[in-house]
Amino acid sequence: MRDTRSPTPVQFGWLLAAVTATLAPHAIELPYWLIVLCASLIAIRSALLLRRGKPPRQLLILLVAVAAGIGVRFEFGHFFGKDPGVALLAVLLCLKLLESRTPRDLRAAVLLAYFLQLGLFFYNQTPSIAALALAGALLTTTTLQSLEDAAARPAAQLRTSAVLLAQGLPFMLVLFVLFPRVQGPLWGLPSDAYSGMTGLSDTMTPGSISQLGLSDAIAFRAEFSGAPPPPSQRYWRGPVLTRYDGRSWRPGFSTIAAAPRYKPSGRAYEYRLTLEAHNQPWLLALDFPAASIPKTRYAGDFRLLAEQPVRMRTRLDLRSYPATAVGKDEDAFVLAEARRLPADFNPRSRSLAKAITAGASDPAAILARTLERLRGIDLRYTLSPPLLGTHAVDEFLFDTRQGFCEHFASAFVFLMRAAGVPARVVTGYQGGEINPVDGSLVVRQSDAHAWAEVWLAGRGWVRVDPTALSAPARIESGLSAALQDWDALPLLRRPGMDWLRDLRHRWDALSNTWNQWVLGYNPDRQRDLLERIGFPQPDWRTLAMLLGVSATGLMLLLLAWAFAQRRRHDPLDVAWARFSRKLARHGAARLPWEGPLDYGRRLAMTFPESSEPLRTISEDYARLRYGAEPADPRSVRLLARSIRRLKLK
Amino acid sequence: MPARPDASRRHFIASRRHLTALRRHLDRWLFRVGPPEPSPIVLGQRRIFVLPTPAGLAFATALLVMLIASINYNLSLGYALVFLLGGVSVASIVHAFRNLLHLSFSPGRAEPVFAGERASFHIVVANHRPARRPALRLTAHGAVVPFEIGAWDGADVIVPAVTAGRGWMTLGRVRIETTYPLGLIRAWSILVPDQRCLVYPAPEPTPPPLPEGASRSLGRQTGSAGDDDFAGLRRHQPADSPRHVAWKTLARGGPMLTKQFSGMDGGEIHLDWNTLPAELGTEARLSRMTAWIVAAGQQGLAFSLALPGARIATGRGSEHSANCLRRLALFGTDVAADA
Repeated sequence: MRDTRSPTPVQFGWLLAAVTATLAPHAIELPYWLIVLCASLIAIRSALLLRRGKPPRQLLILLVAVAAGIGVRFEFGHFFGKDPGVALLAVLLCLKLLESRTPRDLRAAVLLAYFLQLGLFFYNQTPSIAALALAGALLTTTTLQSLEDAAARPAAQLRTSAVLLAQGLPFMLVLFVLFPRVQGPLWGLPSDAYSGMTGLSDTMTPGSISQLGLSDAIAFRAEFSGAPPPPSQRYWRGPVLTRYDGRSWRPGFSTIAAAPRYKPSGRAYEYRLTLEAHNQPWLLALDFPAASIPKTRYAGDFRLLAEQPVRMRTRLDLRSYPATAVGKDEDAFVLAEARRLPADFNPRSRSLAKAITAGASDPAAILARTLERLRGIDLRYTLSPPLLGTHAVDEFLFDTRQGFCEHFASAFVFLMRAAGVPARVVTGYQGGEINPVDGSLVVRQSDAHAWAEVWLAGRGWVRVDPTALSAPARIESGLSAALQDWDALPLLRRPGMDWLRDLRHRWDALSNTWNQWVLGYNPDRQRDLLERIGFPQPDWRTLAMLLGVSATGLMLLLLAWAFAQRRRHDPLDVAWARFSRKLARHGAARLPWEGPLDYGRRLAMTFPESSEPLRTISEDYARLRYGAEPADPRSVRLLARSIRRLKLK
Repeated sequence: MPARPDASRRHFIASRRHLTALRRHLDRWLFRVGPPEPSPIVLGQRRIFVLPTPAGLAFATALLVMLIASINYNLSLGYALVFLLGGVSVASIVHAFRNLLHLSFSPGRAEPVFAGERASFHIVVANHRPARRPALRLTAHGAVVPFEIGAWDGADVIVPAVTAGRGWMTLGRVRIETTYPLGLIRAWSILVPDQRCLVYPAPEPTPPPLPEGASRSLGRQTGSAGDDDFAGLRRHQPADSPRHVAWKTLARGGPMLTKQFSGMDGGEIHLDWNTLPAELGTEARLSRMTAWIVAAGQQGLAFSLALPGARIATGRGSEHSANCLRRLALFGTDVAADA
């Protein structure tokens, strides 16, 4: 049967609420024009609802749809992939909402809303988004429910849906834990599948790291099993940049091997690294990671690499030896590359290097002099340095004298190379903040840093952090301590926001648990969990069996609930049924269509000796059952007694 | 009616018959539908069936697509959302089932009608549960009746059915269904309440005037017939004209009574099967006699009825008319003897 009644305002209201709850969090990543379009479509629908107007013509809606499609094509350049997909779905949902005329349309809109809800998780899977999705699920369920039971009050509709959701939750938990997990992807993903991830890139141009400095997002967490290293040793190594073209730095050639090219020595730090997805292969280990860490490889520039780009949150158990001496026997061509400079850039810096080198041949001495000289220049550390031209290093050192760590590192390496000392830029993260709630070290994107390495014969690669010359607080206490103009800093990094920071710490600890147990629940974790609860070597059959048993158990519980409210008999009905049965035994069963008064009259004629009690009983019953006053329990009891005592001859 | 149904029509009828037989078999085997059941019929868990609706299938497909997307993109919350919605739809199966569970059906009355009119079967549905039963639908004879029942309440559901031929019309197969709460799952049950409705023959649209013997009274106006010949009161019946209700008695707080009139002048009418023109077939004769009985009843005339093998003595009033019409309705059927 096709239901063609037009939906009521209440039903539409629920759908509007559901759509708004689903679309609102998408506003972060959708293009502005699309947000405006969706908002106005929803507003038009709401206005139509209030004025009971008719939806616009389908031709108009089609035109808007085509226009929006073209807009999406222009915005993203293509149709395939999650970003244009979500954008198209959002427009489609709003247009569907606008043109809905039947309950069927509303159901279709609900399905679209479900897809958009899923689309939200592409960008964000935090607990708050989960709570929003739960609210969305409640609203969509209520929409479906109101379509079936339009007669109920809205509050009752909401309550029924809440009951349904509450009954669905145990199924969700069981399925979430026991549904056989498959490590995706199942097939090649569109190229933009991982575009939402932030992190270091493998090239450095002036401004690329200060961009990250504005982001409060977490890059990774480290839980040390003992005391964490002091801040001055917290250098988390990312891309090592050797090639320089006068403007940007790129990685040089690097070998990749199964074992590191150094012998770890000195004090060891053990920690568990929980790395956010950043779609790059490097693992950002603390300098310098121990040998034979499973599923990793070692780059010649001392980076620790994953086998695949890190496309989801990854956990690693690592050990690092910060005091290890590395690169004593560095290959000649690596060193040659670390000396190379493009000829026609930064003439003033070149002459500065020449002046420094004059009369010194020992690289260590040149290093000391260069540092001395840089300290002498009054360089200012700032997140928003002025833009630089072609001769970036010259302008930084002699004109603007304001820069972020990438300016410092890049200028220093330039000077060293100009002086003939092999040097290179290392990017990564420096520092991090201990979360007092769970004791883990949280490293954010704003901790991104660039420093330098200089190769000295006999000592190998030596870390030099030129930023520390001008802003020592950056290394010891982090970004906020080092900056004088902290207006540009993320709110939580500003000093004097301690209470807010404390709140933030608690939230971070919570979301860490969330990440580990909810978002990080993968085939490995599933196996671990099952082994821990007593299923050695679980395979899909174990899972299927467990799933079957628990789902059946839940279903039985639900059925028990369905049966729980079985016929609790009304005492008046019980008494009357007893009366009817009694007389049926005497051959005068009540006819299905016979009312109590008719029945009483007939009985009085059939059993003339007992006509008086028979009439009284049937009249009493009729009065109690159908009378204007509700039956009072005492009269019901009296009637029941007289029925029990009734004797027929 | 065509004298000889042509071949294609015969074939059509035969295939229809096969289809009906198949359906009856299916009913008996799958839904345990047999002969009419004694009332009240209480829906137990064994006779409630659940299957997804088309909307439910679309919902399931959407969930499957979402699950694949979640696997592909490793969306943990995607899994959670899919599983939550899956759980909700499973819970909705139980809700739909529960919405029908322990409903009790008893046949109510079904007033006789003339063939071609709409019969109204009353079915009394009782809810012995302290909770509402919303969004129920009852389907019988192709008619769909939506209704709902409050907690501890009952509903008098009226199923309209278009009548074709005279005789007993059984209510037959009744389907009670619900897609509550989300429209994803349909729970239904098939029942066959023991209920039938008497269908009188269709009155002939333009009957000839009443037979001789009535001619003297024919000139009288219906409204004024015998108004001054008040004979007494009897209990009111639904078929009685409101004009004859004893309103004064009612106004004094007494029962609803109908005034009866006797001695309406005019002689008796004899409605005799055998005096009808020979060229009339059985059904045509029944139609004409029905029309006459209706006319005589409207005019308050006394009449007698003579059918092959049956004779009803002269009488008047609605009870007499009903009795005669019943004879006509059941004429020639075995159930004629059936009270």
